[in-house]
Amino acid sequence: MNNKTAYPKAWLFVLPVVALVAFNALIPLMTVVNYSVQETFGNNVFFFEGVKWFEEVLNSERFHASLLRQLAFTGIILAIEIPLGVAIALTMPARGIWASVCLVLMALPLLIPWNVVGAMWNIFALPEIGLLGQMINGMGIDYNFTQQPMAAWFTTILMDVWHWTSLVVLLAYAGLRSIPDAYYQAAKIDGASGWAVFRYIQLPKMKRVLTIAVLLRFMDSFMIYTEPFVLTGGGPGNATTFLSIDLVKIALGQFDLGPAAAMSLIYFLIVLLLSWVFYTLMMRDEEQ
Amino acid sequence: MRKFTWLAPTLYILFLMLPIYWLLNMSFKTTNEILNNFTLWPQNFTLDNYIKIFTDPTWYNGYFNSLTYVLINTAISVTVALPAAYAFSRYRFLGDKHMFFWLLTNRMAPPAVFALPFFQLYSAVNLFDTHIAVALAHGLFNIPLAVWILEGFMSGVPKQLDETAYVDGYSFWRFFLRIFLPTIAAGIGVAAFFCFMFSWVELLLAKTLTSVAAKPIAATMTRTASTAGYELGLLAAAGSLTIVPGAFVIYFVRNYIAKGFALGRV
Repeated sequence: MNNKTAYPKAWLFVLPVVALVAFNALIPLMTVVNYSVQETFGNNVFFFEGVKWFEEVLNSERFHASLLRQLAFTGIILAIEIPLGVAIALTMPARGIWASVCLVLMALPLLIPWNVVGAMWNIFALPEIGLLGQMINGMGIDYNFTQQPMAAWFTTILMDVWHWTSLVVLLAYAGLRSIPDAYYQAAKIDGASGWAVFRYIQLPKMKRVLTIAVLLRFMDSFMIYTEPFVLTGGGPGNATTFLSIDLVKIALGQFDLGPAAAMSLIYFLIVLLLSWVFYTLMMRDEEQ
Repeated sequence: MRKFTWLAPTLYILFLMLPIYWLLNMSFKTTNEILNNFTLWPQNFTLDNYIKIFTDPTWYNGYFNSLTYVLINTAISVTVALPAAYAFSRYRFLGDKHMFFWLLTNRMAPPAVFALPFFQLYSAVNLFDTHIAVALAHGLFNIPLAVWILEGFMSGVPKQLDETAYVDGYSFWRFFLRIFLPTIAAGIGVAAFFCFMFSWVELLLAKTLTSVAAKPIAATMTRTASTAGYELGLLAAAGSLTIVPGAFVIYFVRNYIAKGFALGRV
């Protein structure tokens, strides 16, 4: 887009958006910054504490453990959802009525409220009343996600794969549809194998949408709260207490505003930093 | 090999449908049957759970509340995003690229970070427990989203369209409303779909900003579950009903959904 007109008054067009988003973003962010450097004993009396809370959070084992769980969870779901989504997009019908049927059915989990997703998986996986619980126990494997940390992880990951793989499918599908038929015909004439078509035609063409898919899945899974909270409540013990769950426990459960605010800012910076790293790495690949 | 390519999508869709089937299955059972007998389909088929939801105001008001703030949010987000997206797609102005990136960062902010400040902010401006509060709060991530989607669609429209209209003597607003908006109608539909979707599925902020008057259905579900014991059948019926608006909306945008996903999040 090099042929844009220079037009300073275009600011007026953007003003409503900036006003509304700034109201929602800047004021709360300043509130968080404000809490993060102060101590309170109630009665709205605050004392300036400097970076004490930041040091406390960065040195706390509890934060390290949550962060580690969060990184593990995000890593695992990315490793499953991205390849699986691409595979489904490659094998699903390209056009016609069946393509529409697939798209509509696959998009369905994306439009279910997140706590309903959690509740649905809860009753689906419970060992006594759930279909999944009964099936796994029926195979002779002792499975109870409310008591076994491994089972809780398995269920949470399966739920996330169920919930979000379709997003990757839709994005990859859109990327594939942008490839002109002539490319495939040329490949056929050259006698290219299925793998070569994927590696040298489809994958490069999907790169842009896959970048978006990885970024979105990274950001959203890093912020995950409602689904695991409803499914496992962060348990058993702290086995599935991810960053957001831990943060809400500290902020609203214990009302430790200072540490919670400091943790919020650290958390936000980690998301920004990792997103930026992902983004630049993948964009650099694209330029080469 | 080629013959069996339908197998993977079919198995995947089956996997997607199983938990939904289980939820529907439970919604037609009595809580007694759910807890005492494991059955693959309802033995004593009952509609009691649904009747309860449609006759009890605390339940059906939850749906009205959710739909109200979702629709307000969609209307606000798309309306303010239209001129902004036009400016981003057509004009250069001071700080345009930085602002675009700043909008993107708002989608990266974990809602958990904002829950408490949002509660204080909206209490301070006397909007706590109103539909408009939730609608505005969801604007945090929906307005940037609508701007990106619309910008993508608008950049696909050649600039010659604008120039021809001006030569023909159209004023800016007459061109914008009469010619430009109908041209990108599909984009507006996709943007509205995504705003609807993300506002409908979000609960943390919606729950934090409401108590009684604007309580969303999703919050009604969690609270009823804890007060009235564990009425699983009722919970399943309420959950099943939350899928309906989404399914309805998907059906309308089915032909644009893939394109919208690709364009919207650049």
